[in-house]
Parts: sequence; C-alpha cells; structure tokens
Amino acid sequence: MTRFVADTRRDTKARSPRLSRVRRSPEARALIWLGPSLILILGVVVYPIVILVQTSLDRINLTGLDKGFVGFANFQKLFSQPDLVPVLWNTASWVAVSVTLIMVLGFFVAELLNQRFPFRKAIRLALLVPWAASVLMTAMGFRWIYSFYYGALNPVLQALHLISSPVDWLGTDATFFPSLVIVTVFVSVPFTTYVLLAGLQSIPGEVLEAAVIDGAGRTQVARFVTLPFLRPYIGLAAVLNAIWIFNSFPLVYILNKSNPGYSHDVALTYMYKLAFDTALDMGEAAAMSVVNVMILTVFVILYMRVLRPEDAEAA
Amino acid sequence: MRQSRRATLLFLLAGLVVGALALAPYLQMFLTAAKTANEVQAIPPTLLPEHWDFSNFLTVWTAVPFADYLRSTLIVASGSTVLVLLVGIPAAYYLARFRFRGRRIYLLLMIMTQVFAPASLVIGLFREYIAFGLIDSYAALIIPDAAFNAAFTIWLLHGFFASIPPSLEEAALIDGCSTLQALVRVSLPLAMPGIVTAAIYSFIAAWNEFVVALTILSTEDKKPLTVGISEFLGQFNVDWPHLFAGSLIAIVPVVILFAVIERYLVNGLTAGSVK
Repeated sequence: MTRFVADTRRDTKARSPRLSRVRRSPEARALIWLGPSLILILGVVVYPIVILVQTSLDRINLTGLDKGFVGFANFQKLFSQPDLVPVLWNTASWVAVSVTLIMVLGFFVAELLNQRFPFRKAIRLALLVPWAASVLMTAMGFRWIYSFYYGALNPVLQALHLISSPVDWLGTDATFFPSLVIVTVFVSVPFTTYVLLAGLQSIPGEVLEAAVIDGAGRTQVARFVTLPFLRPYIGLAAVLNAIWIFNSFPLVYILNKSNPGYSHDVALTYMYKLAFDTALDMGEAAAMSVVNVMILTVFVILYMRVLRPEDAEAA
Repeated sequence: MRQSRRATLLFLLAGLVVGALALAPYLQMFLTAAKTANEVQAIPPTLLPEHWDFSNFLTVWTAVPFADYLRSTLIVASGSTVLVLLVGIPAAYYLARFRFRGRRIYLLLMIMTQVFAPASLVIGLFREYIAFGLIDSYAALIIPDAAFNAAFTIWLLHGFFASIPPSLEEAALIDGCSTLQALVRVSLPLAMPGIVTAAIYSFIAAWNEFVVALTILSTEDKKPLTVGISEFLGQFNVDWPHLFAGSLIAIVPVVILFAVIERYLVNGLTAGSVK
C-alpha cells in the first residue's frame, strides 16, 4: 500500500496563514490530539498496574480493608503455595502447545484458502463465526459437547470405534489439558488464517512464477519464496496468539468450572480464585497479578521485536 | 496456471471439512437449543431433536431477565464504541500526519494496551473502582472496554489517514479551514470505511467482554449477556436449551457485523507491523 506520510508540518506552516499565527510546538499540539487517549490508557492500564504493585505489598483483610504495608509477605505466601509451580507450568505448556498447533493448522488453512475452488468465500465466512462469537459462549458449547453423559463427542467417537466407553473429558486429569488445547486452537485458528492469508496474498505473482521458471520445486518455493515473505506475519500471529491465550480467562474458567482445587488452573484463573473465589486474599492475589504482569512484560518486549517500532514509525 | 480438475475437487473437499468443523459447535448448540428440557437429558443423547421445539428462543426472555442483560450489553457496547472513536480518531489522525518527540512512548503505551488484557489487571481495576466509587456502574465497564480497544482503533485509522494525501487537506487549509475543520470535512469522510470498521470491532469486543463485568457488577439488572448466560452454569441443574438459545441470540448479531468488516479486520490487527 502506498502511504503518503509527508512531513506536512513545514508545508502547512509555509502555506497556511492560520497555522503560522498559532505557533505551538508539535509536542504541545500532540498533547491536545493524543491527550484524551492518553488519559484513558493511563487510567485503565497504567494506574491499575500501580495499584496492583501497591496492593501486593499491603495486607488486605477479608472485607477489602487495607491494613498497611507488610513488605513482601504476600509474595512469600504466594511462593510457598504448592500450587504455584504447577499453575505456571500449566500456563506455559498450554500457551506453547496451543500456539504451535495454531500456527501449523492456520498455515494449512491459509494455503488452502489461497487456492481457487468453489465456495471459497463461504468457507472464509464460516471461519469468522468462531472468531466473532464470544469465547465464553463457545467454551460453553464445548463444555456441553465434552459432557460425560449428554455430550455429542462420546457417542460419535464410540460409533467410530475410537473409544470403547464414554470418557469424562473435562473431569479426568489426563484428558483435561488436551480438551482445553482443542478449544483454544479452535477459537484461534481463524484469526491466524486471516493474517497468514494476508501474508500469502502479499507475495507478488511474478516472484512465484520466476521461481517456478528457474526450476524451483514445491518445497523450494515454500522455503525460499513463501517463507521469507511470510516471516513477519508468522511472528506477529504467533506473538498475538500467545498474548491472547495467556489472557483467555473465560476458556479455562468455563471448562474447569466443576473441578475442585487448582490442579488445572492457569495464571489468570488462579489469580481470580485467590481474589474472589477460594482464598479471598486480595494481597496474595495482587502478588499473583504482579507475577502475571511481569510475564506479560516479556510479551510486550517480544511484541515490540516483531513490530520493529522503527518500521512502525515509518509506516 | 490452470489447476487440474482433481486438485480443485480436493481443495473443495478440504474446504468443506474446514467449514464444517468451524460451524459444528454452533450447530450443536442450535440443535440443543431446539430440544425440550427432557430430551436434553436423554442417555445416550439424541443427535437431532425428536420434537423440534423453538420455544426456547422465546421463553429464554422470561426464564431469566434476558431483556435486562441485552439492554446492559447494548448500553456498554454503544457507550464504549462512542468513547473509543472520540479519543481514537484525533489520536490516529495526529499520528498519521505529524512527527513529534514522545511518539515512541505513545506507541509503547498502545502496545501495552494490547498485551495487558482486562483479565490480567482486573484486581487493580477493581480496587481503583472502589476508590472512585465506580463499582457496579456502567461507566466501570464502558471505560476499560474503550481503553482496551483504543489500540485497534488507532492502528486501523492511522493506516486510513496515512493513505489520504495530505494535499487534499492542504487545499482546505488554503481555503481557510482550521486543522480541525480540514479533518472533519475532508479526511473523515474519506476514512469512513475505517471508522465503521473500528466502531464495529469495538462494539463486538465490548459485547463479548466478560471478566470485568463478572467482577465489577453485582446488581442483577445491570448484568450483560455474557455474565447473565454464564450464570446458567452455576445452577444445580443446568438449563442447557435456554443457555444455548440465549447464547445464539447473542452470537448471531456479532457474526453478521463481523462479516461486514471482514476485509478490513486484518489491517487493524496487523497494522504498524507488516506491510
């Protein structure tokens, strides 16, 4: 896409009598135009982080009253919980396994939709449904499909002779995690497909033709033409997916709802349970939130690397 | 290059499988919503309803305060959409047209809103709202929904404004317009597809928001659709037909809206990174 980002500052100053009268610095003017969005973001994103840090260093009683500074007591309590390490491990493996599967499947679906065949547009639209629908409601649909007694999955798999007796997919330790990953992949593949498809369509046809004329085979075209063009799209989709999955509170909240304890929890549901469900300890939950914010900070850095801000600025 | 007829058929088959998989859970939700309360508990479950019963789509409005849920969702989604456009349009415009110091820090803040979701900050928000007396108010949902959609809106509109030649505005400036008038009269109409896309995207994101509403709201008639429907799961005997009837009523409008903005979606989500 051609972008016209001339530095209009100088031009307009020279030409417009009005602008030459009002001589504000670009920074002062930026504050007027960007100010409202800055206030919104500072109030809803930055300030809550400050409050989180502050809360994590105070003791908060059951009624929410702040009993004052206690140093790192909340963190000591959190780090001595036997559940913390399993929860962090659940989170890491959930994000890593899901993102890997999403990228592979997303790539195949994008390649498919990049071919010419009838009903392609209709299939693209069908993919929008899991993307647009609330993750919460999709998760409830899957909860029902996975249901031990009434769900559709068990009879279908039994009819196909893939399982001999019904499985309690969400209530069994061994099957909970794969079941969760399947739903995660289901809701994330459409976005990934759209991004990778945009990448595939950005490859100029002449480049592909030239490669074929030069005698490149299918794998060589994929490796030396498609992949280099796709790389920024792959990086971006992978990082955005990882961020979204980490933050997908409703998925685990709904699928794990009837399981006791923390053994299937991930970082966000664990934090939520500490605050509002089981422990009702705001201080410890805030400490967990600070851990989450630190994990997400790593994502911010990763995201900035794939965004390459110097390009973003030129864009 | 013409592909063989066999290849076309193979792609079509694969495509149909992909499409069917994408729709299967929602079809299953629809089939369940069309069953009677008795049939839903049949073991083994029936594939298709024995008696198609669409009354659940009507009775859900009285079984739970569904109209209240819908009203709350509409208030919150519309409010946050208006707010995000009000703050996002000037920001995107200025970013697209002018260079200034501090731009990098601003972009970093944008990135932060995309990474820190409400779910990860909800305890901070909760305590902030207590301090400001915003607990259990619509504003407590409208403000964060707008903030967390600001990045998408600004990335997307930035792309639109950047593609409008500044010479068009300069012409307006020479004719005596102020910068603001030039934006409103010249660039805004040209960026309309972007504004519609940003509005719809923000509306849907707010429509689907769950965790902040779950935490902040306690009054029954202020609850949005997501929280209202999730409460079916807390009951001893889950009323699946009504749960899915309500879910589908909530899903259908956003899918239609999403289809409207389909071609612009990727721009907003990837802008600033890939070109």
